[in-house]
Amino acid sequence: MNETARNLSKDSVEVGANVPLPVAVRDLTKRYGTVMAVNHISFTVEPGATVALLGGNGAGKTTTIAMLLGLIKPTAGEVRVFGADMARDRYSVAQRMNFQSPYVDLPARLTVKQNLTVYAELYGIANAGERIGYVAEHLQIEDLLGRQTGKLSAGQKTRVGLAKALLNAPELLLLDEPTASLDPDTADWVRRKLKSYARERKATLLLASHNMAEVERLADRVILLQAGRIIEDETPQALIEAHGRQTLEDVFLDVVRGRNAQAVPESLAS
Amino acid sequence: MSVPSVIDATEPVLLPPRGARASLRRIAGLVRRYMYLLRSSGVRIVELIYWPFLQMLSWGFLQKYLASTENPYAQAAGVLIGSVLLWDILFRSKIGFSTTFIEEMWSRNLGNLLISPLRPFELVAALSVWSIIRLSVGMVPVSIAAFLFFGFNLLDLGLALAAFFFVLVLTSWSLGLIAAGVILRYGLGAEELAWSLAFLLLPLCCVYYPVSILPDWLQPVALALPPTHVFEGMRSILLHGTFDPADLWWALGLNAIYLVAGYATFSWFLSSARENGTLLQLGE
Repeated sequence: MNETARNLSKDSVEVGANVPLPVAVRDLTKRYGTVMAVNHISFTVEPGATVALLGGNGAGKTTTIAMLLGLIKPTAGEVRVFGADMARDRYSVAQRMNFQSPYVDLPARLTVKQNLTVYAELYGIANAGERIGYVAEHLQIEDLLGRQTGKLSAGQKTRVGLAKALLNAPELLLLDEPTASLDPDTADWVRRKLKSYARERKATLLLASHNMAEVERLADRVILLQAGRIIEDETPQALIEAHGRQTLEDVFLDVVRGRNAQAVPESLAS
Repeated sequence: MSVPSVIDATEPVLLPPRGARASLRRIAGLVRRYMYLLRSSGVRIVELIYWPFLQMLSWGFLQKYLASTENPYAQAAGVLIGSVLLWDILFRSKIGFSTTFIEEMWSRNLGNLLISPLRPFELVAALSVWSIIRLSVGMVPVSIAAFLFFGFNLLDLGLALAAFFFVLVLTSWSLGLIAAGVILRYGLGAEELAWSLAFLLLPLCCVYYPVSILPDWLQPVALALPPTHVFEGMRSILLHGTFDPADLWWALGLNAIYLVAGYATFSWFLSSARENGTLLQLGE
């Protein structure tokens, strides 16, 4: 892994000229009893970057994202978002970030518009009606605004969840398995949407995913986690080249199965 | 599907996230969410009236029967109906607070709320405001029905009624905070607590009988509960036409202690849930 990411100095939580980094994680640890879910990880994310947390089940991806959101308190270490310590001062930056995950829902009995209206108020959006109309138009959910959220298909719910996550035009968008349970067409559409949002807004994206194609397509950088530790921190292409493989999925399988490219049978290597 | 831009036109105008106005806006936003939910189902509205109405009918007829006997205590106008209505204020307000909170967990929405700029005290304030609105939807029609069916006018309690209402609602919030905290920490498995916690008070706060009926050793426990002073006060007004306001001050003082303890318990459980990672596992 990139050693500089492990050894963060105090200066490294800032981009320069007192502008704090979107994400600065230092020596972050989460222990549940005897289980070490996240084990002394450190990394930073530059403004405008799209970084993927990759790893098998139980690698610590979701726990790391939850600590970045302030939903879980670290056992040790520090999480800073735009310079704010998320354990103590998360409210100073909550309006600048948002989150989408298929594992968190919007209230099923409310219509899509009612849900978006409530979240516009929670995020302090003065031009709520205009903004909801705009986001709805661009995420193609205008015809869903009057429908009950619980009666939507998985793909429609994902788009609505994305609309909620983009309402405040977050500078930092955290995503946990953003395209889980979507058909390939909808998943592709969501990825293109996220990519264009990140590019145009110059927003920072941090996503946890199992989907290697998604990560290769979206991420500028991959942080590979195993048993709560960072074992790789590179660009997708650099990882593929370093492992002498063709795809990120091959790299992932090598890493999680603890083998190297040479040990893989020739028949499987391609 | 084509992929148009999301940000090439209408940008969100973000209001300052700090300060009293921002807090009030978020509380109003959440109350609006609960209002939408109530409006989404006529059954929910009927349910708010249905149970207190049945309670009132049962006790009202019992009161009517007792009034026809020689028992002088039972002949006192409306003591039983008054007890039922005041108990329902406590019970329904508590249920309103707790079930609204549980609803956020059922709908797997709590994660979205807890990562938003909404502060925990704002969530509690919204639940409190909503418990009063929900209570009013149920209790106003039932109180009118009590007058129409049995001639019992809750307003006969005069100004004391407002004070009784206030004391009971404050107690219900303390109980609701404890129940919500436990559910946050232990998940929906502890949901039963939300329903049953108020019943723990039923025998102790002397809803249907005077404190003097309790064994000597239990009376201080009863007097340490704010609702006991309300039910004693109500009986005093209806049976003797007098009421000692000092009792109410005592009840309000106790409520202040219980509310602080309730909020501290809620905060402690929330912190413990963040510590244990249970906020990630909330939902059905």
